[in-house]
Amino acid sequence: MSAIITTDLTKKYGVRTVVDRLSMTIEQGELFSLLGVNGAGKTTTIKMLCGLSKPTSGDAQLLGDSIVSDPYAVKSKINISPQETAVAPNLIVAENLETIARLYGRSKKEAAEKADEMIRRFGMSDIARDRAKTLSGGWQRRLSIAMALISDPQILFLDEPTLGLDVLARRELWGVIRSLKGKVTIILTTHYLEEAEALSDRIAIMAKGRLKAVGTAQELMAGTHTQKFEDAFVALAAESGVEL
Amino acid sequence: MKSLAFAARNRKELLRDPLNLAFGLGFPLVLMLLLSAIQANIPVSLFEIEKLAPGLAVFGLSFISLFSGTLIAKDRGTSFLMRLFASPLSASDFILGYTMPLFPMAILQSMVCFGAAFFLGMAVKVNVLIALITLIPAAVLFIAIGLLAGSLLNDKQVGGICGALLTNLSAWLSGTWFDLNLVGGAFKTVADALPFVHAVNAARAAVSGNYAAIFPDLWWVIGYATGILALAVIVFRRKMSSDAK
Repeated sequence: MSAIITTDLTKKYGVRTVVDRLSMTIEQGELFSLLGVNGAGKTTTIKMLCGLSKPTSGDAQLLGDSIVSDPYAVKSKINISPQETAVAPNLIVAENLETIARLYGRSKKEAAEKADEMIRRFGMSDIARDRAKTLSGGWQRRLSIAMALISDPQILFLDEPTLGLDVLARRELWGVIRSLKGKVTIILTTHYLEEAEALSDRIAIMAKGRLKAVGTAQELMAGTHTQKFEDAFVALAAESGVEL
Repeated sequence: MKSLAFAARNRKELLRDPLNLAFGLGFPLVLMLLLSAIQANIPVSLFEIEKLAPGLAVFGLSFISLFSGTLIAKDRGTSFLMRLFASPLSASDFILGYTMPLFPMAILQSMVCFGAAFFLGMAVKVNVLIALITLIPAAVLFIAIGLLAGSLLNDKQVGGICGALLTNLSAWLSGTWFDLNLVGGAFKTVADALPFVHAVNAARAAVSGNYAAIFPDLWWVIGYATGILALAVIVFRRKMSSDAK
């Protein structure tokens, strides 16, 4: 079974079409990146797939469940690390993790055990008792991803996970994301082309709400007769008349 | 239960914010001490502790709207609510989770207020327990206002509306600081049409043991609390299912 199948997924705000008949398939265990310039429809697509925004038309099946007819079933299988850091500021790291585990149905004991596991896995032992608001941007982002993983999601959405981080923090997070490859289906949105190229199994390029191309970085470069991924991206995004 | 887990998070967020404790508990207590000192030097019947304590208890509860509204608005503003809305929490879980921690806070706040009043000479009697019960609809009212404000406004707007406007309105129009009959006219008409003076009057009636006088006033508070809570739940549910959160 595929992880995600979208069929003519469309979102309109009034007369403005933000996502236009998006049809694509993402396989289980894949790290799939959604790229596009601002306003391409990436975040709206993620919001629809997470049940945060209702499609105007079309549908998506996530591991067999429809986002239109059974969003509750979808929500129990997924988790998201939003674009902005989304942590509870006055809670310590361990409490942030335990809270999310419990919201996904874990008992208090199970939640504590899972939190310990995530703290070890993400190298957060030294900051486990610190309040989230006192952490650096990099640690907050790391915590945010750990919170998204503590529910053992089958599909994980990472919306701009390294936005605003310095090079070292970004590379550290890349390591974390790489360690998840093959275990969880990951949908990544990013503005950093080198990030998508380095991490992704496949990349989709969106422009003006439409899917322009899908493939590996090499396939996209071959298809556009370019040597660099950035050039391939520019060629595909420019095809739709997007100003770059 | 998911709502209990969410409520636990909200309780910690609220109690760990020192401003909440300073405004919710400290400010009404300072006012009580100040007005009691004035009363000791220049006796004013309105500031007798049996009348003052219920008024300050209602005034203290008005800060609950600020706490809850700010928490919800901040969650909306920081994407934390996006994470929560993507989780399998139902609308009921959210509403219970946001409101549950506020009830014990409101009751504790009123208990501290009456506890301080005992030290300032108020008689320790069972009527105070009845007064605490009569304050429950007022607590629901202020919790509901917070839920409504937090669903509609950002945290700065909540600070302005609930922190400045609501606390002042509920103070001026409650008959705690001055006798509304002395002002009269449109001011008194407006005050009588709003629930704050009725909440204070009901609690004062309970403290004085005049139980028959509780309910005419308490109906006003119950009516407002029910109406605003229903409106807050509708608005929160709409926000939850809409794209503009």
